[in-house]
Amino acid sequence: MDMVIKFLVAAVGAGTPLLFGTVGEILTEKTGHLNLGVEGMMSIGACIGFMVGYYTDNFVFALFFAALSGALSALIYAFLTVTLMANQNVTGLTLTIFGIGFANFIGIFVLNKSPEGTLKLPEKITAAMRGIHIPGLSDLPIVGELLFSYSPFVYIGILIAGFCGYYLNRTKMGLGLKAVGENPGAADAAGIKVTAVKYRNIILGGAICGIGGVYCSMIINGGVWISDNVGGLGWIAVALVIFANWQPSAAILGSFVFGALRVLKYYIPQSIFPFPIAFYDMLPFLMTALVLVISSMRKSSRINLPAALGLNYFREER
Amino acid sequence: MNNPAENPQKEPLLRIAKRAELPAGKIVILRLLAVVLSLVAGGIFIACMGQNPLTIYGTILSGACRSAMAFQGTVKLMIPLLITSLGVTLAFKMKFWNIGAEGQIIFGATCATFFALFCSGMNHVLLIIVMFLAGFIGGGLWGLIPAVFKVRYNTNETLFTLMLNYIALHIVSYLRDGPWMDPGSQGFPKIARFDKNASLDKFLGIQFGWLIGLLLVVIVFIYLKYTKQGYEISVVGESQDTARYAGMNVKKIILRTMFLSGGICGMAGMIQATGSDITLTTSVAGGVGFTAIIIAWLGQLNPFAILLVSFLFSVLEKGSSVVQSNYGLSTDCADVLQGIILFFILGCEFFVRYRFLFRTKVHSEKKIKAEGE
Amino acid sequence: MAEQGREKYAIECRKITKAFGQVVANDGIDLNVKYGEILALLGENGSGKTTLMNMLSGIYHPDSGQIFIGGEEVKINSPVDAMNLGIGMIHQHFKLVEAFRAMDNIMLGTRGRKEKSKAASEKIRKIGEAYGLEIEPEKYVNEMSVSEKQTVEILKVLYRGAEILILDEPTAVLTPQETDRLFSILRKMKEKGCAIIIITHKLQEVLSISDRVTILRKGKSIETVDTAACDARKLTELMVGRPVSLKIQRPKVADPETIFKVVDLTVQKPDGSKAIDDISFEIKKGEILGVAGVAGSGQKELCEAIAGLLHAQKGAILFHKENLLGKTPSEIIEKGVSMSFVPEDRLGMGLVASMGMTDNMLLKGYQKGKGPFIKRRPARELAENLIRKLEIVTPGTETPVRLLSGGNVQKVLLGREIESSPSVLITAYPVRGLDINSSYTVYDLLNEQKKKNVAVMYIGEDLDVLLELSDRIMVLCHGKITGIVDADKTTKEEIGMMMTGEMKPAESGKEALDE
Repeated sequence: MDMVIKFLVAAVGAGTPLLFGTVGEILTEKTGHLNLGVEGMMSIGACIGFMVGYYTDNFVFALFFAALSGALSALIYAFLTVTLMANQNVTGLTLTIFGIGFANFIGIFVLNKSPEGTLKLPEKITAAMRGIHIPGLSDLPIVGELLFSYSPFVYIGILIAGFCGYYLNRTKMGLGLKAVGENPGAADAAGIKVTAVKYRNIILGGAICGIGGVYCSMIINGGVWISDNVGGLGWIAVALVIFANWQPSAAILGSFVFGALRVLKYYIPQSIFPFPIAFYDMLPFLMTALVLVISSMRKSSRINLPAALGLNYFREER
Repeated sequence: MNNPAENPQKEPLLRIAKRAELPAGKIVILRLLAVVLSLVAGGIFIACMGQNPLTIYGTILSGACRSAMAFQGTVKLMIPLLITSLGVTLAFKMKFWNIGAEGQIIFGATCATFFALFCSGMNHVLLIIVMFLAGFIGGGLWGLIPAVFKVRYNTNETLFTLMLNYIALHIVSYLRDGPWMDPGSQGFPKIARFDKNASLDKFLGIQFGWLIGLLLVVIVFIYLKYTKQGYEISVVGESQDTARYAGMNVKKIILRTMFLSGGICGMAGMIQATGSDITLTTSVAGGVGFTAIIIAWLGQLNPFAILLVSFLFSVLEKGSSVVQSNYGLSTDCADVLQGIILFFILGCEFFVRYRFLFRTKVHSEKKIKAEGE
Repeated sequence: MAEQGREKYAIECRKITKAFGQVVANDGIDLNVKYGEILALLGENGSGKTTLMNMLSGIYHPDSGQIFIGGEEVKINSPVDAMNLGIGMIHQHFKLVEAFRAMDNIMLGTRGRKEKSKAASEKIRKIGEAYGLEIEPEKYVNEMSVSEKQTVEILKVLYRGAEILILDEPTAVLTPQETDRLFSILRKMKEKGCAIIIITHKLQEVLSISDRVTILRKGKSIETVDTAACDARKLTELMVGRPVSLKIQRPKVADPETIFKVVDLTVQKPDGSKAIDDISFEIKKGEILGVAGVAGSGQKELCEAIAGLLHAQKGAILFHKENLLGKTPSEIIEKGVSMSFVPEDRLGMGLVASMGMTDNMLLKGYQKGKGPFIKRRPARELAENLIRKLEIVTPGTETPVRLLSGGNVQKVLLGREIESSPSVLITAYPVRGLDINSSYTVYDLLNEQKKKNVAVMYIGEDLDVLLELSDRIMVLCHGKITGIVDADKTTKEEIGMMMTGEMKPAESGKEALDE
């Protein structure tokens, strides 16, 4: 029982960066733009957020600059694909390559300057990221650990997902956003500022991805900078969007399921399931591939895939 | 609602208009301009890191070509880049977003490695041929998997090929940690160095993969431009409906092309493992699959242009390793510069078909029109 | 409102000019409409009607010229500006989000908070009732028929309080009966003081609905006339720029031997519903069989089944008494059954937009000849041949066909099909988007085939053309044949009734009309 709770708690932690990436990409894709640069935006957010945290020792600053740098990298993508109508696939891929290269480059650059030869976050900021403790609530047996013991990131992530779900499904702005992704021509004719909606949501999506990135650099490796710290989570997030059927609320569940897959290898008894470690490392990717296949086999009419996904819009196109 | 006073009386500051497509000569100039601008932007980035951009660019150029050995190193870097770019070109021409070249390289290399490790006693020429075939078929099968699901269920190939990259990677790490672990390494997880009999021969001081790369440039060019199958790829890429109406078997074409595309990438993996690394590691692909996508795109899917771009990119990579040792800037610098170059090229394509009109420019509109006529 | 209307125009355009790349779509156009008036904008395809209206609704931006609304000069930079000025446009290709409910489409982009479903739905119903429009606000657009979708478009405009309505070819997708209903709604709006511009190229409709007509030709406004003082002949002359005979030739069928027969054919759509439901018909040598029907009645599926692209559930397609079902598309092409389908975007099927004429000539015959290599020389010769014979305007055989004008693109398509000298020629919407001259070239080409004893099936939209060109007309409705009639013995109304399935072919036209 204790093991199960530990496993669930670990799953939530491992799923949190995925949650940010997925929700960010949902907002982006709802504008009709498939941004394959999630991995890159997360990397940039990871790098800038970490460095700001390292130098200022301030959690809020780190978070803010991670979001800002994610937003700025999304702005590159938005400018190229929305205004200049460049190919979305290639632009996103380039952003990923650029982002990973940029993050690693800056990481090593700062590392070379540090006297200790490693980059470790200072104590104050590390304390700010530790699991919360609400007297009374956190001390409850089982429930306390399952619900009130996480790093603030987890709660921020769930809040953002909840907010995005409300925004998409319950507000007029959300309706406008969905219309842009479904049929930008119709949205335009109905008086929605298509370009503004696209920029706004792509940038917002990038900011959310940036926060997911800084989780990777600040939490996963115990506050020590290493290269390639996002390590493919951005790609899983892109796939999770399909798994979540473009619904932020479903993204919460999806992320935690995939988080569970990522930590499974530490909790499953080797004596019962004697699979090699490499298999567990492969599992999230294998599952994602399966999800892709299964969701494409499903011929349901209620799939929320935006109809204009991947197509650039030019008002005067004839 | 009907309130004209609210209505802006001014023209928008900036708007986009379509223009007659530029002639080929001007497009080339535009792209060159974009490259120059991207180098300027890259220079600014380098300057921000406290280095003189001109010195760094100079070091990159000289570092890649300063000696015969350096140049051989550059060519060695170019081999997998060139071959993989040619591989993904086939898929991209069909608008099949194969970003699984990494995985295809790895799996091709893995299949070839099986023969290198366990059949090393075979006749040398025969073994090399068998390994080539193994690499080709392995990569091809790895490329065929997403194609099968694409034609059967219309599964998103971009994400699927991507997941297969990681799956292939972990297959290698499994083999490295378990069945194929070098018995002589005392528990350190690595695969043994190949027997000399199982490694590629050299030609002019470099493993002969570069000859295969050059040969493939010509073959892929002819295949795409002058064969029936190449014609089919272009039509399917343009419009699957049109291809169907012309009586083409679209599914067969997709499967065949993805097998070839993955096969060529697999061959690149085999060449890298048996010619350069002389063993199989998890970094046999090492990001080549992604860089190849950039190269194919910059080369506009033209094999000869791809040859040029992949050479320039290897200069950039080789040179940046010299920059690393001389100035302490990591080799990731190459990725950053590659990204910036492609951003600019992607952006400049816009000006081939459209132009911006500024508010003040509207008056000169008539003049432009008069010129057009 | 009517008082004001006499003093100033609802809309006045002065010297509007707009160019797309090198193509000048509008060249110094003048136009005006009063409140309480219906103006018809008449012009051939490509004369610049839609471009002009898109500028009024803020979709396009004029290069030069002035627009006045209610006497004041305005700049319409976006659809929001147009909406604020009381201009509403109903586009030919509906601007609706298919995955949304009708009410979401109507509310989209309007100000204020999101209303409760019930309140919004009630509000929409009320507006509908005022104009005699029936609507189900909760229904999803992708479950609606064409005329229901049009109702949503009209309500969308009314909900925003538009007083100036622009309708772009609203009748193109309607049956004659639905057209009548639309016109009575428009008349009601006119009584309420709306200014209405209706774009069309159907002369009969211009005469029946409009007060005045403005004629556009090649991007210029030619003349504005009172409808009452006009007839069809004069309008055509103004539109085309010279007197034309509206008669399409119909050579007699020489040798009525049945060459092509469809028996009990049933074809399913991917979702399992029946696209073609148990139909049988035949085509004779040297005959043009016209096919009429509301869009989406199974025309496309019929074409695809014949060409071997869709699997048929039941029945047979006999060509020279040989069943074509189960044969591959290329085998069917080889046998001499040629099919060309011009989709709405006009390039999607049959031609590769980015390739030149040479490579497009190769499309259906590239597999001929031994060896793995493609033979371009004969294709280039064929392309040069076609350019000469059909007077195709192109810079060269290697210029991408997407850079050609619509008429020339269709000449390339049809020319290629005809050059393969088929015995059966199936052609769907070959004059889609063409001007009158180009359309007549196409009709001549088809009649030429007829003289060569080719069996032709012509799927068309314009009933007037179908009636004049075809020897017999087959009417499709929901995948069923509702009648096959001789073209010279039937009327437009009769075909209209069959298109909606209101009349069975067994009953004679007279009795059905009397009911």
